Amino acid sequence: MPIRALIVDDSSVMRKIVERALRQAGIDLTEVFQAANGAEALAVLKENRVDLILCDINMPVMDGLEFVKQLPGIENAKNVPVVMITTEGSEAHVVQALSCGARGYIRKPFTPEQVKEHIVPVLAAKS
Amino acid sequence: MKSVSELPAGCSSHEDWIPLIEVAAREVFELMLGCQLAVPATAEQTILDVTSMVGLAGQLSGVFSVRCSGKAAALMTSRMLGVKLDEVGPEVLDAIGEVCNMVAGNFKHKIAVLAEGCMLSPPTVVTGSAYKLHSLTDSPALEVRLLFEGLPLVISLQIHS
Repeated sequence: MPIRALIVDDSSVMRKIVERALRQAGIDLTEVFQAANGAEALAVLKENRVDLILCDINMPVMDGLEFVKQLPGIENAKNVPVVMITTEGSEAHVVQALSCGARGYIRKPFTPEQVKEHIVPVLAAKS
Repeated sequence: MKSVSELPAGCSSHEDWIPLIEVAAREVFELMLGCQLAVPATAEQTILDVTSMVGLAGQLSGVFSVRCSGKAAALMTSRMLGVKLDEVGPEVLDAIGEVCNMVAGNFKHKIAVLAEGCMLSPPTVVTGSAYKLHSLTDSPALEVRLLFEGLPLVISLQIHS
């Protein structure tokens, strides 16, 4: 199923890597939006509907956890699954992210196979 | 991912962390850049003019750094983005910062006490070689020297506490 994704990371290189990993994982991306922090991502979502959000945690301006907390107030983000992709992979971080509303958690470094393992079930559950 | 993770906190000697730094780096380069790091047979004299640093705070305070040549940094960027070397532009600094960030993050997850109690700062990248880092502590840096595509790479952890 073709999807529209939003990738949120303060590293432009990492945003490109995540997009490439999604494509290598066989995810059919019709459109990819990018944002460098949570505030930029909220602005993107006010104007655009997406099917999947991939989000870093440690970012300036607004971090990933605060961004996820604010999603319920965004019409275009309702029922959109969020998967965190971050170097922070401690149990506390995972629990915190999931309790904020994230549906999955991928720790960097990752392989396209790991991305697929996490994303495909999330997208399947959404549809 | 191959891992020696969940290492008990009993691994308390900082010297014991050197192999973990090496494994952390090898895993990042294998998974994100698709290449194997090698151990240099001799000490290389190449100028390492790109330094990426990530600060650690919490259970461990210090600075994690990755040093390499500009050529190596460009090659890393090329590998990470899947583009030709001559297509690499200013994103080199971003890429080398992410490499350091991932190696530091991967390293701390191999030590149970650090995984939960240590935070990483955003990366800082310094270019040029005419500088010297002065630590305000007397603890020596843990250092690992490796080769990335035949180019020297020095990964170090300066511990402050």
